[in-house]
Amino acid sequence: MLNPKLKLNPKIFNEDVEQVPIRRGFGEGLLIAGEADKNVVALCADLTESTQMHFFANKFPERFVQVGVAEQNLVTVASGMATMGKIPFCSSYAMFSPGRNWEQIRTTIAYNDRKVIIVGSHSGISVGPDGGTHQALEDIALMRVMPNMEVLSPCDAIEAKKATQELAKSKKSAYLRLVREKTPIITTEETPFHIGKSEIFWLPDVGFAQVGIIVTGGLMYKALLAAKELEAEGIKTKVMNLASIKPLDVNAVLDLAKETKCLVTVEEHQVACGAGSAIAEVLAENFPTPIEFVGVRDQFGQSGTPSELIEHYNMGKDAIKEAVKKVLKRKI
Amino acid sequence: MLTDEKILELEKKANDIRISIIEMLVPAKSGHTAGPLGMADIFTLFYFHILKHDSQNPSWEDRDRLVLSNGHICPVYYATMAHAGYFPVEELQTLRKLGSRLQGHPHREYMPWLETSSGPLGSGLSQASGMALADRIDHGANTSRLIYAFLSDGELNEGNTWEGVMLAGKYKLRNLIAIVDRNNIQIEGVTEEVMPLEPLADKWRAFNWHVIEVSGHDFRALDEALKEAQAVYEKPTVIIAHTIPGKGVSFMERDYKWHGKAPTKEEAEKALLELRK
Repeated sequence: MLNPKLKLNPKIFNEDVEQVPIRRGFGEGLLIAGEADKNVVALCADLTESTQMHFFANKFPERFVQVGVAEQNLVTVASGMATMGKIPFCSSYAMFSPGRNWEQIRTTIAYNDRKVIIVGSHSGISVGPDGGTHQALEDIALMRVMPNMEVLSPCDAIEAKKATQELAKSKKSAYLRLVREKTPIITTEETPFHIGKSEIFWLPDVGFAQVGIIVTGGLMYKALLAAKELEAEGIKTKVMNLASIKPLDVNAVLDLAKETKCLVTVEEHQVACGAGSAIAEVLAENFPTPIEFVGVRDQFGQSGTPSELIEHYNMGKDAIKEAVKKVLKRKI
Repeated sequence: MLTDEKILELEKKANDIRISIIEMLVPAKSGHTAGPLGMADIFTLFYFHILKHDSQNPSWEDRDRLVLSNGHICPVYYATMAHAGYFPVEELQTLRKLGSRLQGHPHREYMPWLETSSGPLGSGLSQASGMALADRIDHGANTSRLIYAFLSDGELNEGNTWEGVMLAGKYKLRNLIAIVDRNNIQIEGVTEEVMPLEPLADKWRAFNWHVIEVSGHDFRALDEALKEAQAVYEKPTVIIAHTIPGKGVSFMERDYKWHGKAPTKEEAEKALLELRK
């Protein structure tokens, strides 16, 4: 069942569940953050509306910087603004930022310890018809390896809105990973959100779970659908929302692993070096646990509809169910 | 006002800084020599005449900001700051050693009075542009604070530099002044062979900058150029400062092989003899 303590969207399993792009939540959150703090500034590389920065840009034109199609400039100008006490958010497609400007982010923001929020919208395979050039499947890896950099990947628009406001207040630089496509609303305004904290969205009605499913980003909905069907088939699961990939809620991950003794990780990203790898690193050192990784396996994407691509690359509901059944058999 | 007396004082200071550069590079056993010697006059002029700064209160809010983009010439940066009172001159001997604040390329975490960490080329002008933009948001177009970006000519090969040039032109950042160290060398040879930059002044003009060309070793001309830059209202200004790499040491001058190596003890003794003349 849905965790009753978290006040999740009660209509989540309805056919007509509301669907909103995760990036939209960022746009709304940035506007609120801008109203709350005059030092919040926004920079964009010619994708203002695409990345939903236009709400902020329209309201605060004097605090908005249009850098043109120049992602290296995007983050280095932001670093300079942070030097002067500003709180810069810079947005582009994930493939270009942090895809193209990684070294500038590393040197002038992370190493230089200037707080800047890097917003990569259009991450993952669900970018869809634009094809492989535009589908960032390596961005979690790029950013979580970087010292002095946090990595957030919200599961829906409401969580993205909260994450954006939290990031404006936080002291650390961060990468905020967003998704283009509309995805179902899972949380509500009342659902708790804290950087570095992971919540269990789904749990058995009674007793212990047999498998833990840890999900980051927009695939949460697919994982919840899988958990519901698995329950009907007699397999009890817990589904954890990994919105904060770094810092990682190590205690929550260990608690889950100790309860279920086997895990499935789910992400719209390469299996190599992604969120699942972050989980595996923690468990290998503390509580070795069999894991099945749902994600893209060392290949690029291609054009197609988002749902076709999710299925084609084995990241949909059925793939998650299959992974759960597989890892159950590996349980020691 | 730059009096003859002041110029003599600056010349002596620049020479002391050149001596410190040579002395610190020997124990470091690696590092860059030609660029720092070539930029010693400009750093001296800035820290002892131009910049609004306070070595006893480095985080003074109203200070001017200086961004060193080509971090590899940090021996001159460190030496000048030590001579200006930011830290003891003796500490220069720790350059590039484990645990030293004087990293091979400048790191702000260890030296909080630096405006930025730098080394990878091409990103300093953009950072300075961001500072100028932020200052304008807070203090309006007539802000009196100046943001200076020191760039090398070699790093004008970097696309990131030109992205910054374009942006500063777009936003007419009159509070931003770039100084290009036009010493005509980079690691592998002379700039016009590795990747030609000329016509360099025309390039900046085409991006809507005010351009001044001047000798990087003429204090009075540099001072006049900086005054002119401040008087220009509608545009950012770049001062293309023609410098002699290795300046002050005859066997290093204009030889690109001194771009990225430190002198041996024997070479340093020869160099110091010339500088102490």
